[in-house]
Amino acid sequence: MKMAGKTGDGRYQKRKISAKQKLWILLILTLLLLLAAIFAESICPYDPNMQNYDMALKPPDAAHPFGTDRYGRDMLSRVIIGARTSIFSALLLVLIIAVIGTTVGVLCGYAGGAVDMVLMRVSDVCLAFPGLVFALAIAAVLNGGVGNAILALAAISWPKYARLARSQTLAVKKAAYISAARLAGDSPFQIIVRHILPNIRGQILVTAMLDVGTMMMEMAALSFLGLGAKPPTAEWGSMMSEGRSMFQTYPWVVLTPGIGIFVTVVLFNLLGDAVRDCMDPATRKERGIL
Amino acid sequence: MGKYILKRVLMLLPILFGITFLSFAMMRLAGSDVVMQQMDTTGMAFSQEVLDARRAELGLDQPFLVQYISWLGDFLTGHLGVSYVSGEDVFASFISKLPATLLLTVVSIVLTVLISVPLGILAAVRKNRWSDRLIRVCSFAGNSLPNFFVALLFMYLFSIRFPIFPVIAGGTDLKSVALPALTLSVAMSSRYVRQVRAAVLDELNKEYVQAARARGIRFSVTLWKSVFRSCLMTILTLLALSIGSLLGGTAIVESVFMWDGVGKMAVDAINMRDYPVIQAYVVWMAIIYVLVNLLTDIIYRLLDPRIRLGGKEA
Repeated sequence: MKMAGKTGDGRYQKRKISAKQKLWILLILTLLLLLAAIFAESICPYDPNMQNYDMALKPPDAAHPFGTDRYGRDMLSRVIIGARTSIFSALLLVLIIAVIGTTVGVLCGYAGGAVDMVLMRVSDVCLAFPGLVFALAIAAVLNGGVGNAILALAAISWPKYARLARSQTLAVKKAAYISAARLAGDSPFQIIVRHILPNIRGQILVTAMLDVGTMMMEMAALSFLGLGAKPPTAEWGSMMSEGRSMFQTYPWVVLTPGIGIFVTVVLFNLLGDAVRDCMDPATRKERGIL
Repeated sequence: MGKYILKRVLMLLPILFGITFLSFAMMRLAGSDVVMQQMDTTGMAFSQEVLDARRAELGLDQPFLVQYISWLGDFLTGHLGVSYVSGEDVFASFISKLPATLLLTVVSIVLTVLISVPLGILAAVRKNRWSDRLIRVCSFAGNSLPNFFVALLFMYLFSIRFPIFPVIAGGTDLKSVALPALTLSVAMSSRYVRQVRAAVLDELNKEYVQAARARGIRFSVTLWKSVFRSCLMTILTLLALSIGSLLGGTAIVESVFMWDGVGKMAVDAINMRDYPVIQAYVVWMAIIYVLVNLLTDIIYRLLDPRIRLGGKEA
């Protein structure tokens, strides 16, 4: 038996494209997807909200590659339009939690003392609610809608960034150049912006990139339960929820938006891994993800 | 050890306080005015005076904090009010539906162990071979599928195309639990296969493995007697920590499969805007979650002499 850890490493790496090349390929693919989402209207073959009862629930064919739903709306057009809501709400959500979490974390780490105590206990409480439970309740209280779903998920997701930023800040704070900057007369604000943030932004960026896919799935889950995007807005989660009762006989009404979510999440997860690999080559070999 | 447990329990108090406060505040902000609800359901015309009198009777004219304290008192004695929809006692129905959710959770954890541990070890031992890569691709895919999509796919495959399992849960028997539990274990296994693989690889890279090999000990003996045993702690901790998040993740799967647990109860309550039920669900799930995490930490300390003797924080 061969020793694990040595098996075929040499052979494997010769064929492998470099981490940078992979990152570029994925960046281009993601950019294409984003462009498709932005210019969704011009790409759609049909009006995504146009109803045509003669064409209701037609299986996929040349005219409608993804079939049609129960109102005769073209599924391909709806999946393309749905990409906009799903992708941009997830991106906005990640941006919000990364900014809020990092701000809180850096403040806690830098200031310490009572500020740190209070804010970290608040984050402990937010982390004490399991999974989507708290988000479900907030979304329910706020009566659904994409904006409120983002708010609900933001409320449960920011502590992760706060903890990361805090521990990174604590590590960076001890460095000699921070003391030097302080002796040189830099204000705390200058120290945070010029010295601490540039040193921790890599970690935050990687975490945020890896979070986009998860957040997209959670947004879709809220929409699936009727707490996110509301019909007739095309959004992948709510489209799947709409088609759920017809899944047995007309599987494409659920499968096409489902595949939309899957492909997009895979793409963003691959991109997140690629960003991490490029920034920190050491983890690539150990974790060995794809 | 007793001191450690006491310290942890004391640390839990502000968190429990926060959980109850947040849950209470959230439902009050929802404008869930019990009186309006009650008056609306009677269908009779009512004046402002009647409303005010009823509000005063229920203590709703009191300051927010006073209301919270009295709510906390009710909560601690198990009185969380009655459902707007069914009129049943909220706490009683939560307790009666909890076993179904616990069963689902336990079965999914067992399935997750059965799937992720062997596959993770296989992937680590066959690192970078095709079997490892296949496992990694599957785990990547499993991580990118929302659980409600997996639920629908399983339903379509195993209940409609190949009718092995019932489409909706007929009761809480083993045949009905199979599909929802499998759905939940897909996402969890995908995550844990990676963790198990990483843990085993870490262990395999240690010097004693080489030493054992140099002494002519069969690899399978080293793997099962030494490597697997030292990884067991990591695996157990991961699983224990996932119980909490699993409890929260059951809601969607339960409602897709019509599994009659607390998760489905919560989703139904959300659709009906049945606030007392939602509140009970949120508060109790959070409490169960923090208690499970506390228990995990304590058991972890008891089991692992390195942490216990080192006296370090887990």
